[in-house]
Amino acid sequence: MSQLSNIIISIIFDGLAYAMILFIISVGLSVTMGLMGFVNLAHGVFAMAGGYFVTSLMSVAGVPFIPALLIGAVGVAVVSLPFERFLYAPLYKAGELDQVLLCIGLVFMASASFTYVFGPDPVPIKVPDGLRGQVDLGFRSFPAYRLFMVAVGLSMAAGIWYGFEKTLIGARVRAAVDNRMMAQSVGIDVDRLFRFTFALGSGLAALGGGLAVDILGLSPSFAIQYLVLFLIVVAVGGLGTIKGTFVAALVLGVIDNGGKYLWPEGGAFFIYAVTIVILLLKPTGLYGRHG
Amino acid sequence: MTPDTKARGYFARRSRLKWWEGLPWVLAVAAFFVLPDYMAFGTQVLITIIFALSLDLVVGFAGVVTLGHAAYFGVGAYTTGMVSAHLGWTEPISALLLAGFVAAIVGFISGAVLLRYHGLTLLMLTLATAICLQEFANVNEDVTGGFDGLTGVGFEPLLGLFEYDLWGHTYYWYSMAVLFLVFVVVRIMVNSPFGMSLIGIRENSARMDAIGTPVYRRLVTVYGVSAGIAGLAGGLFAESNAYVTLDVLSFARSGTILIILILGGVGRLYGAFAGAVAYLVLEDELAKMSPEFWEFGVGLLLVLTVMFARGGLLGIFDRLRKLFDRAAP
Amino acid sequence: MSDSALEVIGLYKNFGALEVAHNIDFTLKRGARHALIGPNGAGKTTFINLITGVLTPSSGQIILNGQDITGLGQAERSRCGIARTFQINQLFRGLTVLENVVLAIAERQGIASSMFRPLSSYSEVTDEAMELLGNFELNEDALRRIDELPYGRQRLVEIVIALGQRPSVLLLDEPAAGIPSSESQHILDAASALSSDITVLIIEHDMEIVFSVADYITVLVSGAVLTEGKPEVIAADERVRAVYLGEVDRG
Repeated sequence: MSQLSNIIISIIFDGLAYAMILFIISVGLSVTMGLMGFVNLAHGVFAMAGGYFVTSLMSVAGVPFIPALLIGAVGVAVVSLPFERFLYAPLYKAGELDQVLLCIGLVFMASASFTYVFGPDPVPIKVPDGLRGQVDLGFRSFPAYRLFMVAVGLSMAAGIWYGFEKTLIGARVRAAVDNRMMAQSVGIDVDRLFRFTFALGSGLAALGGGLAVDILGLSPSFAIQYLVLFLIVVAVGGLGTIKGTFVAALVLGVIDNGGKYLWPEGGAFFIYAVTIVILLLKPTGLYGRHG
Repeated sequence: MTPDTKARGYFARRSRLKWWEGLPWVLAVAAFFVLPDYMAFGTQVLITIIFALSLDLVVGFAGVVTLGHAAYFGVGAYTTGMVSAHLGWTEPISALLLAGFVAAIVGFISGAVLLRYHGLTLLMLTLATAICLQEFANVNEDVTGGFDGLTGVGFEPLLGLFEYDLWGHTYYWYSMAVLFLVFVVVRIMVNSPFGMSLIGIRENSARMDAIGTPVYRRLVTVYGVSAGIAGLAGGLFAESNAYVTLDVLSFARSGTILIILILGGVGRLYGAFAGAVAYLVLEDELAKMSPEFWEFGVGLLLVLTVMFARGGLLGIFDRLRKLFDRAAP
Repeated sequence: MSDSALEVIGLYKNFGALEVAHNIDFTLKRGARHALIGPNGAGKTTFINLITGVLTPSSGQIILNGQDITGLGQAERSRCGIARTFQINQLFRGLTVLENVVLAIAERQGIASSMFRPLSSYSEVTDEAMELLGNFELNEDALRRIDELPYGRQRLVEIVIALGQRPSVLLLDEPAAGIPSSESQHILDAASALSSDITVLIIEHDMEIVFSVADYITVLVSGAVLTEGKPEVIAADERVRAVYLGEVDRG
């Protein structure tokens, strides 16, 4: 195989793995923002919390990787509920300015707290032996963890899509995103629905955060560093659409990864330039309908 | 008194100078004599107030939330820095005016595009625009100095008389003068019919459309003016530090200035003063003790402000005054 | 100048497959007190939105005082002399009554973009606002915030703001909506007392109100004009009765 095609495949493949992380973390944010119009800049905190939950479970309690991921996701989902109840809910009707500030405040507090507890340095993760090294797929070999990441991401996407499109609760969420008043008037308890999706979204973010440690690294600045990125994925995809979030994550993930690989000094430029172009042309995102 | 004169007096009362409006300036002058060793810090506070004032026009009065105002601060800073470092344009006052002018032009042009959008889309666009600009500066390192910063920035004595000094004394007075002029202009502007129409747009832009206001044009106007003022702040920043880094364009700076304004109180001019002083003094004191402590503290302060003290520090002051008024017969 | 203040010719509007305005021809005579009626969902507010420029027609023409305004935006049309009120209050809630009205007057007088003179120096704006408010017995409330006013009085402010634009054509979108019928008479009186220089189109649901105010009525059903004529003609029209009776059955 030629050198060039090898590089291209690597870029796309790594970009895919990265995109899956973006998708898993952002999808909950997209749905909750679509439902409540809450600009949740603090969503990355739940991903970060997931990362620390998983690494701590593994290093302190000796829990294996996969169970640690699941426990972390459930744990963060549960912990997120009081946040929704006491901090977010009072601000649903407030302006975006108040929402943005609350979130920035939470991100700062989280970042300081995690630094205090875990120290400022990046935390390593020891993934199972089976996920390390390379896997030969016949025509070439790929890093096993990224392969795992892509597989997990695709099956999550399929699962979430199924839940959203084919189940009763998914239909309710869609109805509420589409027209909140109408959904309420036909007897859907939108507040409860929102708490449920908020917890689910936070759990997914935690799962994504745990999965991301080996690829993106984990330090207390994670939430600040990636806060913009998750929000961009949501805005570009369109609020409250699974498909939009997935496509946006793919596009932005592959472009960001490729840009940084091909042009290390200026690579971050691309993702923002692409974001600007897409939003200028489609202000409500690729698949969004709401303003 | 007939209602008519009462009504006429209503707007006059609002724009009339109050006795306490002299306080900030008395304090600023007093600070020079009481804390002469802190003048470099004091200069940064004054510059931050100018920057926060510029943001107040857009966020506080017109009600447009942006997460990318550092773009104009940075354009101003780089303009002043680059004309000094590359062209030998070292006369500080003209270099500063140039910074304001260039930033205003960039503001008008970018505003003309950005202000067609609203809400989350606008937030994301302002944010992405500022970051793009930062990446652009990073890549063009032969003119901007890139990641290492722009060096070789230096200026002649002010008015040919006052030398740049390491204690920041000269630039403290200089910044105070610029702040004063900017403040006078902004104060006149918000009390004018134009200012009133911005408040109308903030309160209900759909109704403004219905009563015939060219909302978009008015927003672009105020956005450009605000960008120009932010550029002045950036230019002062470059002159007083004799150094420009990519940090002037950063998302952190856009976010911080928004936080400062909200902490102080939006849409009331003096919020910029209160917020900048409170934030920077706290940061200076607490960060010395422990950076995490500061970060946690400012985060908590923000959460508390949003939950319990909408209107910021000045909002608290207002409420106390109302309580007092009610208690007094 | 012709004797029509506003003329709508062959107006169509559709959202995708949904047609909300179908070939509407409509004339508003100068000085008229014209009512637009029709069942819920007939497209009355849509029609107002098309005239004021909130929506762009798919095809057709809108002519105000002899000038084609079809291509103009909302704010431009408003400056040409169309003012409207809203079915659900669209006020500047955090501001005082006086400020609400001053915004409209300053805009009409063309001073709203002036930046370097204090608003207080334009006493003619405040005086005009107070005079208008006085006509509606709102002068005592001038310095109160909108939020502090009872809903009925807020509805009056809606009208005063529109009058501050000194329109030649005033569109009242259900001006008495949301207030008890005991109070609605007050609003209707206000509408009836408007100067005859102002041509009024009133959208109304309540037939009693319509017949007490209007001298001409257009009936809109499913986005198209069903019929139009003098009140007594409309009252006797079988089709109109059917439409309304049908609605009563449904509702």
